[in-house]
Amino acid sequence: MNPSDADLFWKLRADMVLMRVFEEKAGQMYGLRKIGGFCHLYNGQEAVAAGVASAMDYSKDYVLTGYRDHGHALAAGMEPKTIMAELYGKITGCSRGKGGSMHLFDAQRHFLGGNGIVGAQIPVAAGVAFAQKYRKTGGATVVFFGDGAIHQGAFHEAMNLAKIWKLPLVSVCENNQWGMGTSWKRVSSVDDFSVMATSYGMRGELVDGMDVLEVRAAALRALAEAREGRPVLIEARTYRYKGHSMSDPQKYRTRDEVEEYKKQDPILILEHRMKEAGRWDDAKAEAQDRAAEEATKEAVDFAENSAAPALHTLYEDVYAGEPFFMAPSATPLNKEPSPCRS
Amino acid sequence: MSQLSYRDALNRALDEEMARDDAVVLLGEEVAEYDGAYKVTRGLLGKYGAERVLDTPITELGFTGLGVGAAMVGLKPVVEWMTHNFALLALDQVVNEAAKTRHMSGGQFNVPIVFRGPNGPAEYLSSQHSQALASYWAHVPGIKVVAPAFPADACGLLKSAIRDPDPVVVLEAEMLYGFKGEVPDEEFLVPIGQAAVLKSGRDVTLVSFGKPVHLLLQAAAELAQEGVDADVIDLRSLRPLDETTLMASVARTGRAVVVDESWPAASVGAYVAHRIATEGFDLLDAPVEFVSSEDVPMPYNHALELAVQPSVRKIVAAAKKALYLEVPHG
Repeated sequence: MNPSDADLFWKLRADMVLMRVFEEKAGQMYGLRKIGGFCHLYNGQEAVAAGVASAMDYSKDYVLTGYRDHGHALAAGMEPKTIMAELYGKITGCSRGKGGSMHLFDAQRHFLGGNGIVGAQIPVAAGVAFAQKYRKTGGATVVFFGDGAIHQGAFHEAMNLAKIWKLPLVSVCENNQWGMGTSWKRVSSVDDFSVMATSYGMRGELVDGMDVLEVRAAALRALAEAREGRPVLIEARTYRYKGHSMSDPQKYRTRDEVEEYKKQDPILILEHRMKEAGRWDDAKAEAQDRAAEEATKEAVDFAENSAAPALHTLYEDVYAGEPFFMAPSATPLNKEPSPCRS
Repeated sequence: MSQLSYRDALNRALDEEMARDDAVVLLGEEVAEYDGAYKVTRGLLGKYGAERVLDTPITELGFTGLGVGAAMVGLKPVVEWMTHNFALLALDQVVNEAAKTRHMSGGQFNVPIVFRGPNGPAEYLSSQHSQALASYWAHVPGIKVVAPAFPADACGLLKSAIRDPDPVVVLEAEMLYGFKGEVPDEEFLVPIGQAAVLKSGRDVTLVSFGKPVHLLLQAAAELAQEGVDADVIDLRSLRPLDETTLMASVARTGRAVVVDESWPAASVGAYVAHRIATEGFDLLDAPVEFVSSEDVPMPYNHALELAVQPSVRKIVAAAKKALYLEVPHG
């Protein structure tokens, strides 16, 4: 696709607006205690998920990410309803209320999670890419992780494996500049993560993660190379507006810092690009905003009205076939009301 | 029937399953060009090629995780850990990824992978290379765990493990790789989750898994000389655990000695003893006896390392105690 293509502009905008609206609503519902546990919002980083997703071919490509996964799930085409229901812990959630915010999955849309262990998804992604290469599918795997994950051994071990076995893997480090409450600058030996690729004989690229068109262009380049057996590392420099998770008081940074980044908001940047290209249309933008609001409202209604998982479902999805359990846990449970909140 | 070593029985299982299903691939340190650190994968590189038999760098976390990802999208990787001691570096990928993926995805994904390698004390290897780590795996729902003690079970259980839709950990025993036993010539599977009654007896149940099963047989022979008729159970599978066979044995004997070469606390043996003591309470005529390794890291000195582990003498003494027979002091 030509990046000046109007449909592409509007598709990218629609994806990013939906992520933003969905996350605002998720935060609100968390505040109302409809959602529990850890809930990591994606606000500010939308250009990364949307830009990369627009470059992928989901018919043969796969994507994996960490626990800040709502945006990537939406970008993969997962329905807001099934995501919101999962956040609510309902049986209609994508993971039947067993995964929650950090463990969104969708086999059909090649969305392989949602991982709660920092960096653990990176070797797993290398394995998915290994299978793609073994089966000669022509597909590639994209793995997202944060600036905190890049120092894990899992990242470095996986990069080495990807290179020696020429795996079709694109690794995207979303550097949102805060590993929970720790500035990336305090814990990194380098000030540009893309140089880490050099250690593994790979190409690395630093891209402005607030500019969706730049992210898309970098992802297109990387995917083309990955499909030819040349794995690539991308650092997308971005920023998260919200706390690490919903329970983060954010004492480590100033309000001014956050406000400064909001001036470079990824949605505003895209809109500016659209206006420059003469592709802007107020009415269309308003219609997109309304559609995102409506889809999110529908998602909340769906989650609210969905049933909680019955107690007996806790014995499901552990093994294939007839389940077994180490005694004495195998107390028979009938279909009683769920202990889950809401 | 042919006489095959435990090592060659495992090799046969890998060979047959690789021939049967091209989704089966082998990954691990030294598995290809070196033929395996313990020669379990001997000849497979030549037969199946470098795309299916892959030497990895020494990165247990990385290649174990890679196996998990490949399994999520349809391959059936067999990951060889040079030993289970080194698998501790990969613990996260087994416990948090392989074991949890089916559950966390609401049943959308499964992880048909096998993790295998030698576990348990060997000789003269000191503390880091001579550990019995069964409970690390047996603790975790979402995986299955098997521990063959004989070549036929090694072959049949590994084949079942490779065909299983869920992750399976295979605990092999370094000291058994050269042990020979009868293996059927025709293709066969040993189902996961079935214990074996190696000897039926009336007086006391001796139960274990893996290498110490051989000590049970020796102990049973010694006890027989003193007129004690022991019932010998080889669990073979630790998760799931075949309580039916176990309790039937305790029903025959009313007494039980559980043997586990790992440390006593939070061990598989402790769990088995607990199950016999509670589920089998009405069947018992004496408290359940438990023989584990001493609660110390393994020393290098041979006399010391032998003193740490379960032995025929310790098992016989425990059986006599359960039978209220004379127990030697010291």
